[in-house]
Amino acid sequence: MLMGAIWTSMVVISIFFACANGTASELGNAALEGAEASLEFCISVGGAICLWCGVMELMKRCGLSAALGRILRPPLKRLFPESAVREEIMEPLAANVSANLLGLGNAATPMGIRAAKGMSKLSGGNASDELCRLVVLNTASIQLVPTTVAAIRASCGSQTPFDILPSVWISSTLSVVCGLCAAAMFSRLKK
Amino acid sequence: MKLVCDLIVPLILAAVGICAVVRKTDVFPALTQGAADGLKTLCEMLPSLAVLFPAIYMLRASGALNAIAEALSPVLSLLGIPPELGVLALLRPISGGAATAVGAELIASSGADSLVGRTAAVMLGSSETTFYVIAVYFGAAGVKKTRWAIPAALCADLAVFVFSALCVRLLY
Repeated sequence: MLMGAIWTSMVVISIFFACANGTASELGNAALEGAEASLEFCISVGGAICLWCGVMELMKRCGLSAALGRILRPPLKRLFPESAVREEIMEPLAANVSANLLGLGNAATPMGIRAAKGMSKLSGGNASDELCRLVVLNTASIQLVPTTVAAIRASCGSQTPFDILPSVWISSTLSVVCGLCAAAMFSRLKK
Repeated sequence: MKLVCDLIVPLILAAVGICAVVRKTDVFPALTQGAADGLKTLCEMLPSLAVLFPAIYMLRASGALNAIAEALSPVLSLLGIPPELGVLALLRPISGGAATAVGAELIASSGADSLVGRTAAVMLGSSETTFYVIAVYFGAAGVKKTRWAIPAALCADLAVFVFSALCVRLLY
């Protein structure tokens, strides 16, 4: 529903602006160009996405993501003290965060949902502080190698598509910190 | 540092490959299975991009994108964000497809290694489709009262936009 409203208003707004700016003649062509560009986009980044998904799958199968999950446990125990005592929550939680770090979106979501279910059972169906923290961790993507964006940059002729890595690490880490601080602040204010 | 950046892709490939061989994982089927999954993701992405790209291109051709950027520029320049990225920031938490379409258009039209193109890439790479994630998690966990999850997640999004712009300005 929401997407429909957004899409329709984008089209209506562009007709309105095109008439006001006298660029109406270009609008039809722009729509067709866009359709063409969408397919070109998928083809130009598709190969890189397939390659990275292959590498990520290999990381999962050879136990690298499980090893990462073990490294992540101590900091996660600090962040989720109530859930830490329950192995049935801690296990999917560590898997969720390590899959997110490796960019395994398809593997991260089911694990995260399992952890979220466990947490909501603990708090009797409410969004506990820890559940809010889990959601914030997942809405602020912490990804070690942002492969899709690097593929987009490479397809647009970037000389060094991966030179954004440090910036991505810094800004996503800081945003997670900000989100967690905001969650802690709201939680204090409500009490 | 430059050498590491140049070699990062081959190094990752080699490291994962060696690790898998040492641990006696069957390397090739894992790679091709993952690539097949990637193709599936791509096919799921294409339909929404095929309808969203035309809408974004129409917004650009009509001059609406520029008008929105101009309207937002006082707020954005206060935060240190280039005004061209306003639309991307508005759409990012709502729709992953629309954000990808706007971001790809921005990166292509202003140059991948330009300030705007690079900031768009960092923004896309370090954020998620917030409302989608919240809907999926709370929906699956059966939570009705989301309490402060949405405001906190939006604070994180705002922080992403500010910090990506700041990082790109300072680091390149």
